Amino acid sequence: MKRKDFLYLTGMGISASMLSRIPVFGSPVLPGHDMSPVDVALKKRMADVVLNAARSKGATYTDVRIGRYLNQFVVTRENKVENIVDTQSYGMGIRVIANGCWGFAATDKLDNDSIAKAAELAVAIAKENARIQTDPVQLVPQKGHGEVSWKTPIERNAFEVPMKEKTDLLLSVNDAAMKGGANYVNSILFLVNEQKYFASTDGSYIDQDIHRIWPLFAVTKIDSKTGKFETRQSLSAPRGMGYEYMTPRESDKIKGVTTLYKDRYDMLEDARAAATQADQKLKAKSVEAGKYDLVLDPSHLWLTIHESVGHPTELDRVLGYEANFAGTSFLTLDKWESKKFNFGSKNVNIVADKTQVGSLGAVGYDDEGVEAKKWDIIKDGILVNYQAIRDQAHIIGLKESQGCCYSQSWQDVQFQRMANISLQPGKVPMGVNDMIKNVEKGIYIIGDSSFSIDQQRYNFQFSGQLYYEIKNGKIVGMLNDVAYQSNTQEFWNSCAAVCDANDYRLGGSFFDGKGQPMQASAVSHGSSTALFKGVNVINTARKI
Amino acid sequence: MAILTEDECRAILKKALGYSKADECEINFGGSDSGNIRYARNTVSTSGSLSQTSMVISSAFGKKLGVVTTNEYDDASVEKAVRLSEELAQLAPENPEFVSFLGPQTYAPRSKTFVSETAAITPALRTDMVGKSLDTAKENKLIAAGFLQNSAGFSSMMNSHGLFAYNTSTDVNFSVTLRSEDGTGSGYSTKGYNDVSKLDTLAFTKIAAQKATGSKGAKAIEPGKYTVILEPAAGIVLLEQLYGGLDARSADEGRSFLSKPGGKTKLGEKMVDERVNIYSDPSHPDLPTGSWAGDGQPQIKRSWIEKGVVKNFTYSRYWAQKQGIKSIPNPDGIIMEGGNATLEELIKGTEKGILVTRLWYIRPVDPQTLLFTGLTRDGTFYIENGQIKFPIKNLRFNESPVIMLNNLDALGKPERTVSGESGQNALIPPMRIRDFTFTSLSDAV
Repeated sequence: MKRKDFLYLTGMGISASMLSRIPVFGSPVLPGHDMSPVDVALKKRMADVVLNAARSKGATYTDVRIGRYLNQFVVTRENKVENIVDTQSYGMGIRVIANGCWGFAATDKLDNDSIAKAAELAVAIAKENARIQTDPVQLVPQKGHGEVSWKTPIERNAFEVPMKEKTDLLLSVNDAAMKGGANYVNSILFLVNEQKYFASTDGSYIDQDIHRIWPLFAVTKIDSKTGKFETRQSLSAPRGMGYEYMTPRESDKIKGVTTLYKDRYDMLEDARAAATQADQKLKAKSVEAGKYDLVLDPSHLWLTIHESVGHPTELDRVLGYEANFAGTSFLTLDKWESKKFNFGSKNVNIVADKTQVGSLGAVGYDDEGVEAKKWDIIKDGILVNYQAIRDQAHIIGLKESQGCCYSQSWQDVQFQRMANISLQPGKVPMGVNDMIKNVEKGIYIIGDSSFSIDQQRYNFQFSGQLYYEIKNGKIVGMLNDVAYQSNTQEFWNSCAAVCDANDYRLGGSFFDGKGQPMQASAVSHGSSTALFKGVNVINTARKI
Repeated sequence: MAILTEDECRAILKKALGYSKADECEINFGGSDSGNIRYARNTVSTSGSLSQTSMVISSAFGKKLGVVTTNEYDDASVEKAVRLSEELAQLAPENPEFVSFLGPQTYAPRSKTFVSETAAITPALRTDMVGKSLDTAKENKLIAAGFLQNSAGFSSMMNSHGLFAYNTSTDVNFSVTLRSEDGTGSGYSTKGYNDVSKLDTLAFTKIAAQKATGSKGAKAIEPGKYTVILEPAAGIVLLEQLYGGLDARSADEGRSFLSKPGGKTKLGEKMVDERVNIYSDPSHPDLPTGSWAGDGQPQIKRSWIEKGVVKNFTYSRYWAQKQGIKSIPNPDGIIMEGGNATLEELIKGTEKGILVTRLWYIRPVDPQTLLFTGLTRDGTFYIENGQIKFPIKNLRFNESPVIMLNNLDALGKPERTVSGESGQNALIPPMRIRDFTFTSLSDAV
């Protein structure tokens, strides 16, 4: 998770000036700017200039990424549009291997002379670094794909939707929240289009057009007598979809203690509910600390999956490449080699999937030209695999990369990033009410909030948006001040049941942060509602 | 593009403004050359170089604002970008919170934010600096992972009301984590400067090596309330949550830890221990920062917390105007006063306590009380009778920096450090805190 950036957005503490300071977002798009991708033939010519320049200076491998990154933010609060920010960033990143070492250089000057010089600089850096290199970089083979393309299967390009339609929607959302009793409301539409071209000395020329959307809001209610305030944030998920995500469909709603959403989002309905629930949160009972059975909705569980399964199964962490910043992993190679490491209960089946339609991490090819795929990570509770890229795959005996390479922009070097990592639904028919019926003392948690985990991904603490107390199989009221703490292995071994596929939904974030310099990556995590027995819950209320 | 001089910036900006037909126009122009090298498993992993500039053109008609960016500076391209910003302004909805751009400002003399030796760092020098760090790791049979990055840049702005500002800066930042070969010990060190001559990668790696070796065989202790000594790299990540949250608007609106019932705030009230003094000063020799904020407001020496009392909030220009007061921009660098005691002297004066090298994964739990959670990392030690007795396993805390600064026991001598969370540099003393709340134990090394 890109921490500060994520907090800015989910906390809604943003302004246009803040957004413009986030490097990944690039610079504002010119109005009337041509939204169609740059001509493929031109990109191929530029790529060939770079490949030849690097080779002539001694590179034994080169890849070039030509990226045009478009983002749009529509930012509102209460009854006004605070800002509309269109950004673009266009340039080229060049990665080479020379003298057995990686080198990288990036430029936004795209004339032939400038890009050839950037290629030469990348080679020079590689050769300089080779002085302190111990083992040469070892890439698993990758066949060239020739000239291919891939596009996110969208029904409606969000960048082409009239601005008035977007601002009208957000202002309606704010109006609904304010009429529902909110004191403040912020709402945002965040749209992304990555137009990426990849070419390498393997013989690939890959053109991709990737779309993402994230609608979100925060509703705040203040008790003027006590000064206490509570916020309820949207229960939407960011998706790898077009603007069709914003068209509600009854068939995509799951009705329960609050309405939850699958592949279409009813932002207006969610805002109405949020205003009521922010008020209920002000009056909710403070939780009594202790052990509880937790019923975790996918809108919450995605983040626990992300932190406690997604990150520790990244091979670069396992090997120590992130030791200085994001951390290492408790899932060391010996645990995988044993083929019997008990990560979770038998209910826990987790897959990595770069092909999942509608997910944030869905692509045709990764950022080193590897075709997207799907594989098991945890099978019947046992650790069976990791997530790897080309220069790591040989370490776990793979003949080809798993396609997990990504860079947030043309100006950053690509490295190992998380695939969509998802908990598979239970095979026995079971809905949320069936699950709650069997809980004597528990808490049903919906939505994500605070999240923190140690640098080897053992000890964690999570909070949510809505907490419902369960007593003897029934929801009896709302709780507040809830956070649960556990150890990853203990937690997943306490997984007693997972609802069936009818309840399966995706969560996710645009801001998975990792690397130095830090880069953000968008990733989805799917699950059905799941039950975890006897988890430690703390009370977070304090006085200052 | 090379770092442009003040005269070059002035000429380009003047020409660009000359194309404007808007009611008012403001242009921000900046660029940087940067490089980095990253290493892990005792060898280099990735590295890179990036050169970039951008010009942001803001045109306004009444309260309608349009913003575009370009990185092409021939006359035709700049004029086209100005025209397009005007078109966007005409299309944009009126923003009732738009405030006219500032007129000419008086800035303090520039402090030494730019050091030519730092701007001249080459890939070879970066490799040499990292090489020293790697040698230290290997000599101590430890495994190193670290990151070194440097940048040199310029920033400038001019508007149609006559404002002009210019600054150059350099930075070099270094961090290293050393781990024992058996994975049972870990140590960390981080530093950032404007001047590369102050960055001794060898010395700082040796500190991390001592911590890594010394933290092997950590024992578990029960979570609970303990006296802690937070080294500057640990303290900054909690302090920045406090001084980064001094926003007037959210306090006035009732949705901040600085709010009080009935629409009042804690401005002017004692909030923490009276030994706490936090301020910003662009001309401080150990933490020089720019003399102007991004919107052109002058940055001056300003107290934020004085003798424990909240002295100032930050006010956006809109919110200040609405409240009828002068706006106050966010500061660039923060200084917290301390004493003269060294870290070793603080340890010596501790009967029972915990020394914390680094805090990690800091996340808000409750905005009302500024409660945060996170963990210790890369060197946590138990102190008894003024001596480090043994390394301990890492612990998760749930604590508010407001509560923490009310439980202040002693302050050491401030030193420049880098936040592992935000990347910001600050001048922070080591702090000894009573009753710091740890809520669970972590097996992570």
